[in-house]
Order: sequence, then C-alpha cells, then structure tokens
Amino acid sequence: MTTIVLYGLRESLRRKMFAVVLVLTAAFLGLYAWGTHAAFRDTRSFLGPAQQRLDPDAVAGATVFGLAMFAILFLGAVLSVFLTLNVVRGDAEAGLLQPLVVRPIGRAQLLLARFAGAAGVAAIYVLAVYWLALGITYWAGGWSPDRLVSPGLELAGAVVVVAALAVAGSVFLAPIANGIGALMVFGAGLMAGLLGEIGHAIDSQKLQHIARIAWWVFPFDALYEDALHRLTIDTTGFAAFVLTLGPFGGSHHAGGPLLLWAAAYLGIVGLVALSAFAARDL
Amino acid sequence: MAAVLAARAVEKRYGRVTALAGVDLEVGPGQLVGLLGPNGAGKSTLVKIACGLVRPSSGRVEVLGAPAGSAGARRSLGYLAELFRFPGWMTADEVLTLHQRLAASAGGGAERIELLELVGLPDARHTRVASMSKGMQQRLGLAQALVGSPPLLLLDEPTSALDPAGRRVVRGLLEELRRRGTSVLLNSHLLSEVELVCDHVVIVDHGRVVAAGTPAELRRQGGVEVETGGGVRQFPDAGRADVPRIVRELVDAGEDVYAVRLVTSSLEDVYLEVVDE
Repeated sequence: MTTIVLYGLRESLRRKMFAVVLVLTAAFLGLYAWGTHAAFRDTRSFLGPAQQRLDPDAVAGATVFGLAMFAILFLGAVLSVFLTLNVVRGDAEAGLLQPLVVRPIGRAQLLLARFAGAAGVAAIYVLAVYWLALGITYWAGGWSPDRLVSPGLELAGAVVVVAALAVAGSVFLAPIANGIGALMVFGAGLMAGLLGEIGHAIDSQKLQHIARIAWWVFPFDALYEDALHRLTIDTTGFAAFVLTLGPFGGSHHAGGPLLLWAAAYLGIVGLVALSAFAARDL
Repeated sequence: MAAVLAARAVEKRYGRVTALAGVDLEVGPGQLVGLLGPNGAGKSTLVKIACGLVRPSSGRVEVLGAPAGSAGARRSLGYLAELFRFPGWMTADEVLTLHQRLAASAGGGAERIELLELVGLPDARHTRVASMSKGMQQRLGLAQALVGSPPLLLLDEPTSALDPAGRRVVRGLLEELRRRGTSVLLNSHLLSEVELVCDHVVIVDHGRVVAAGTPAELRRQGGVEVETGGGVRQFPDAGRADVPRIVRELVDAGEDVYAVRLVTSSLEDVYLEVVDE
C-alpha cells in the first residue's frame, strides 16, 4: 500500500497543475501580506469614540484571516479535486490503471492508497498555507486567532472530505464530468453557508434551517464554519458579534455530533466508492 | 496435469450485448495458447476476465485453482493489456521497480536488467517513458508483465505496435518462456505469428469457440498436386496415402511426373473458413 501512496504522491507533485497552484499560492500570499498590512493600518486610523468598545486589531485580523481561510479552502479544494478526478475512470480509460489492478495489491488498497496520497498532498498544502497566512497576519498586525491548531486541522479535514467525494466520483464519472461535479458540490456547500449567513443577518429561521441541513449533507462546509468559529472562540462583546458575519458563510459552532458525522461521512463515501470500484469492469 | 488457466462455460453480457456465450478454454503448464478471432469476438473480454479486470456474468475461470480476480490468482499471473500506458515521468527502471514492489518480487536490479535485455531494451533503463516510441513502450509492457516470473502470462496483442524486428524479439521471447515452462495465453491478430509459436490455437467468434486444436490439427488436407509434362494436375480429394497410386496411374498413362505436393490449408484458410465475417 505504501508503494501506491508514494506513487500517488509522486504523480501528484509532478503534475503541472501543482506548480500552477504553487505559483497562485505565492501570488495569493504576497497580496494577502500587502492587504493585511493595509487593513491593520487603516482600521487603527478609523477608530473613533463610537468604536471604543471594539478591538480594531481583532476585527481586522479575524476578518482578513477569515477571508484567507476561505481562499485556502478554495485552493485546497481545487487542488484535491484536480488530484483525484481521474483516479478510477480517467486512469482506466488512459490504460494506466489496468497494469496496477492486476497486481496482488487489490482494488480496495489501490483506491485507499490513491486517496491517501492525494488527500495527504492537499491536507499538507492547506496546513502549510494556513500557517504561512497565520504568520503573515501576526507579522502585519500582531494578531493571532484564539485557537491556533484546530482551525487549520478542520480546514484540512474539509479538503480531505472534498477529496473523498472526488475519488468516489471518479469511480462513476469521466474526469471532466467528475471535476465539474465535485466543484459544483463544493460550491453548493459554500452557497448553503452563504444562505445561512443571510438567514442569520435577517433573522430568517427558514434560511438558517436550510444551512443546518446543508451542514449534514456537505460536512466540509460545517468544518470550515467551525474552523472560522474557533478563530475568535474566546472573543466577546460587540467584536464577537461582528466577527460571526463572515463573507462566505460566517463562523458557527458545529458541535461534536456534526464533527463526528464528518468522520462517519468520510467512511460512508469511502465504502460507496470501494464497493462500486470492486464491482466495476475495467 | 492440472490446467494453469481453466475457463468453464464463461458468459459475459453487457446489457443486451453478449460478449462471451459459454467459452471453455484451458492453458496447460508450459503451454503457449493462441487466441484468434475477429474484432469484437470476445477475445480481450476473455483475457480481462482471466486477470480479474472484468467479472463474468456466469461460468468460472481459475488460475492455478484460484478464482480469477482473487489475490491468489493475481499473484500467479503477468498481464500485458492491449491498451495500456505507464506514467510518462517514470523511467523504465522505475516502472519495473514499482511492479516488483507490487508483485512482491525480490529480483531487485538484476531482474530489471535481465528483463530489459530480454525484451530488447538493454540501454533504456534510465529512459523516461515519455521519450519512448510506442514500440519501446510495448516492450517495456512485456518486461513489466514478466516481473516476478509468473507461471501464467496473459498477453493481449503484444506486438500490435512493434515493427518486424520487434516482432521477432517477441517470438524469441515466447520461445524462451516456453523453455522456462511459463504458460502463455496470447491474444493476437497475427495468424502467422500464432502459427509459428503456439502449441494450441483457439478461434473465437461471436463469443463462442468455433475451432480449437494444435496448428497441425487445424490445418486441413487440401488434396494432392502433381507436376507433369502436361502441366499441374490436381487431385483435391486425395491424401498422402493416395500418392503412390496416383503417380503409378499417371506413369501408366504415359505422363512424365516431375514433382508431387501434398496440399494443406494454412491457419489463415481455416480461420477464414470458420469465422463469420
């Protein structure tokens, strides 16, 4: 199994797409450093008597870092989808899969190893960019989130869930269809988060209920919103209220059951993919 | 002796399309069996079922007694697919190393060097797949199938991308495998190639076995041709036993006899006769 994980890792890192993601990431981090520095500087100068109860660094830091979290999730999701969209049908159509499947390793191990390789690359990427963005934020304004480790892990977990969906999709769909489908599912999760955010802002129970259901259907969104929640988990007062209103789905406490569900969801998606792959003619 | 590969009443249906309609086939130890048939006859499906890539709708296929597709069966075979690719970024050595690990082969570098020499790629060890010609890739595919010296080789059109020199290398390789006692199921369109190297031939059409036997058994007696002073005389219903009588009668009739030939049909003639194209 290690052989296939390493094979998958090498293949992932060798793709031109990975180099493109690295260039985009460098551009994103450069712009982020510039923007974050300006945000801290400008919010400090805004502060008048009416905003005395606000901590401007907390508002600026949590807001820009919340935006960075979304960008990291987006880049990580795109990376994980592109690394996994052709794992089964795409590789079978290209003739890459058959020489491996006939070896004693077996289909289940092959699929799990390919998933582990791609999800590992995407998760490490997310964690690396998360810590770099965190360092930039601290450098620019001296602000750091209330929880340092868990938001990054949840963000990485969200990307792993997206990777699992794309691997499962690759058993049924051709690469382009699978890529489009996986990114649409990812977009649907974000859209549900946005609806929940609107529902929260206008106090619509209906919209908030839809968002809560969407969390169970798309647990990567729940992980993302819980990660945002942990950034300011100890922040209180008006600043805390302001910070719940994120730009792409605000921070919400997911709770233990939903986090457990995210793990179970991975298992269910994995079982569906494995059983479908086992029955598939290649 | 127990068959290395045994297929019994194998059927495969894709929806309403029947790819295999009850095929029986055996490959004995050290036997080289050629699988012939027109496009769409079900040959590749049968090979894929044997190596576990496709599941039969009914029937049973066993490799050394283990059900096709099981770990035990997969451990006993090497497979070269009709359409395959290796990652372009890998070198020939890396491809073989990967398959050595997957096949749990302890052959190491010596096995890799030997296999590359066997398929006529002794200098390609560090050549990337992306810079190889199709023929070189096919030879590398053959080397990959031989990793771990499996007792059964399933070769699906192994010479389709090869030039005549490459085909000769593969023929030599197949003869070497026969010497080593490896069983081979060779799916090929090249009748002459099959006729030259195979011990047994199975012709499949519309998912059924329409002819099977040794090449000699399949070739049929096509009469006797006698070259006389008056031209070539043909006796289409005659056999070897009739030759002395025919010659005697011709000489008695005053003919000068210069040569006598026993006419046998080629495998191609037999193929075209039994296959409904």
